[in-house]
Amino acid sequence: MNSFPEKPRPRVGLLVTCLVDLFRPSVGFSAVKLLEDAGCDVVVPEQTCCGQPAWNSGDRADTVALAKAVIQAFEGCDYVVAPSGSCAGMLRKHYPEALADEPDWAQRAHFLARRTHELVSFLVDVRGMRGVQASYPGTVTYHDSCSGLRELGVKAQPRELLASVKGLSLTELPEAEVCCGFGGTFCVKYPDISAKMVSDKAAHITSTGADTLLAGDMGCLMNMAGRLQRLGSPVKVRHVAEVLAGDISAPPIGQGEGEITR
Amino acid sequence: MRSTAHAFKENARTAMADPDLTKALTKFKTGFPLKRAQAVAALPEFEALRDAGKAIKDHTLAHLDLYLEVFEQNVRARGGHVHWARTAAEAKEIILRLCREAGAKMVTKGKSMVSEEVGLNTALEAEGLEVVETDLGEYILQIRKEAPSHIIAPALHLSKEQVADDFRRVHTHLASDRKLSEPADLLTEARVLLRDKFLNAEVGITGANFLIAETGSTVIVTNEGNGDLTQTLAKTHIVLTSIEKVVPTLEDASTLLRLLARSATGQEFSTYTTFSTGPRRADDLDGPEAFHVVLLDNGRSALLGTEMQEALRCIRCGACMNHCPVYHAVGGHAYGWVYPGPIGAVVDPALLGIAEARHLPNASTFCGRCESVCPVRIPLPKLMRLWREKEFEGKLSPPAQRWGLGVWAFVARRPGLYRLATGLGMRVLGMAGAKRGRFRSLPLAGAWTAARDFPAPAGKTFQELYKARRTGVHHG
Repeated sequence: MNSFPEKPRPRVGLLVTCLVDLFRPSVGFSAVKLLEDAGCDVVVPEQTCCGQPAWNSGDRADTVALAKAVIQAFEGCDYVVAPSGSCAGMLRKHYPEALADEPDWAQRAHFLARRTHELVSFLVDVRGMRGVQASYPGTVTYHDSCSGLRELGVKAQPRELLASVKGLSLTELPEAEVCCGFGGTFCVKYPDISAKMVSDKAAHITSTGADTLLAGDMGCLMNMAGRLQRLGSPVKVRHVAEVLAGDISAPPIGQGEGEITR
Repeated sequence: MRSTAHAFKENARTAMADPDLTKALTKFKTGFPLKRAQAVAALPEFEALRDAGKAIKDHTLAHLDLYLEVFEQNVRARGGHVHWARTAAEAKEIILRLCREAGAKMVTKGKSMVSEEVGLNTALEAEGLEVVETDLGEYILQIRKEAPSHIIAPALHLSKEQVADDFRRVHTHLASDRKLSEPADLLTEARVLLRDKFLNAEVGITGANFLIAETGSTVIVTNEGNGDLTQTLAKTHIVLTSIEKVVPTLEDASTLLRLLARSATGQEFSTYTTFSTGPRRADDLDGPEAFHVVLLDNGRSALLGTEMQEALRCIRCGACMNHCPVYHAVGGHAYGWVYPGPIGAVVDPALLGIAEARHLPNASTFCGRCESVCPVRIPLPKLMRLWREKEFEGKLSPPAQRWGLGVWAFVARRPGLYRLATGLGMRVLGMAGAKRGRFRSLPLAGAWTAARDFPAPAGKTFQELYKARRTGVHHG
């Protein structure tokens, strides 16, 4: 399994995303492993941020500058893959909008958009991966991050791959498709409302009895982990890529070396 | 209605501290979405119907002048009158004049959000008219002197106990120990009281869900039948509506009706769908003697030809707010004006100005659930984002926010500086948080850490570690 003899080895540029880059390199390495397992050559062009915070704040000039940098950095790649639905969505959906007024750049943005994918959906839908060689002993629940779900249709793919992880059982999260309240700058612009939303989310997570929460976007994961831990919950929080890659050497999100619980 | 949209944050805080409201919203947030989902699942062509609905509205908006004129001609041809109101003030003036001409002392009203938008009740009452809301939810709000908190379920923020208390307080002519514990008790009591009003009103005012150009008809949908009594029993029927409600044909209205109830309440069809075409004819059994349509613009035509035009497709089903996690958290009153939820966050800045309503398009996580259920596919997150762009360009966002974004963008646009700054920052945070893995508080992160811990970074960035790994330099 996981061999793709009929397909050439495509060159995949990893858009690592700023949150993974800065906060959780383990997700980046898991993404590299999964992509290599799927028969890809992985490159990591120098990168900062896709510009989503500027775009969602109405700052078009900075968005355009950052978008152009990303387009240039990834132009030599067959695919651009991000371990995040919202960053992949930014490239796929919003770069062409942001650059619509500059025809040459708009064209380049469209070409980039068509080659850009969220990690897990890329593995399943583009590379035909049907399972992984990994094990994770425990019960997990899965939150569907909004951009991945509604902009890119990421829903079945992570579940399909998780089903192949040895020892893992998945308990579905009630209202898994409802936003966790992160929303990028939303969580600091409207902290009270965000807190209410993530509290509701935490209650649903707890109600599953799962020992681990997985999702595909670092922003949402940090938000949910932060709330669960403030409430004293023992639920471990991880990016889905870590479990699929079978690399859980880093402590769960928000847990330190001093309190590794597994 | 006076706006408190500028005070959204304070409104939201008050709302979230209200246990009755929280209870009502908890029930609400799963109810309507579940019913909609069931209705959609039962209709295989629903997605195609959404495309058709969008196409009808896009076509009509592209030729709005034409269809409004055809509508006007056909209302006139059937003996009705059409009045054009550029502003809320003009609409009120026209309706007051019509009420005076009808010798009205009492006016009954069907549910109408446009009437909330222009502040009609206050204007009529100021002229000595008795105004009676006949939709049960609106009637409850009228006696509580409150605004609707939802466009189709105006009193959803109230419990039946609260309503029972209000009825006891206001209906003092009834036995004080009467039973009011069940919704049916409340409904019966209101129905008996309203029956008398229907029979005595000289003027009945309704809104309209659709206007049909080819027939000159106005259409209302209700579940209580109150709209029918409002418009058929009074001698004068006034329809107060807005220009974007027009559709070309009966067939078009029928397509949109198939979308409306399913999207709104999950019903296949509302209980009553009523078409009004002119006043009572010689051989009609009932109906008003005079039929007037007041067409309100109030800023809508200014959206035509702009990116915001898409918002005018709205058929006011409420699905966007029914599915909005922010609406679920704060309820409709927090938005501070007539139209709450995602559609309000797009329409209110257009009608009130972005300076007054700037919070509304900002108070969204862009989760996109609204767009995913909108029967006419309005790209609500995109339109909210466009308002943020106008706000940013107008330098209306808070200085601290602009400054923070500016610093971040300055660094992010300079990869060398970014590498240096983030490398250093993450190393410091990583060392400080290594043991516990998170922070209970952090300088400048109070908004985050008020309710959550802040996960500590690993210490080194992925790009640093990856480069080291590739070049064979091993970092611990």
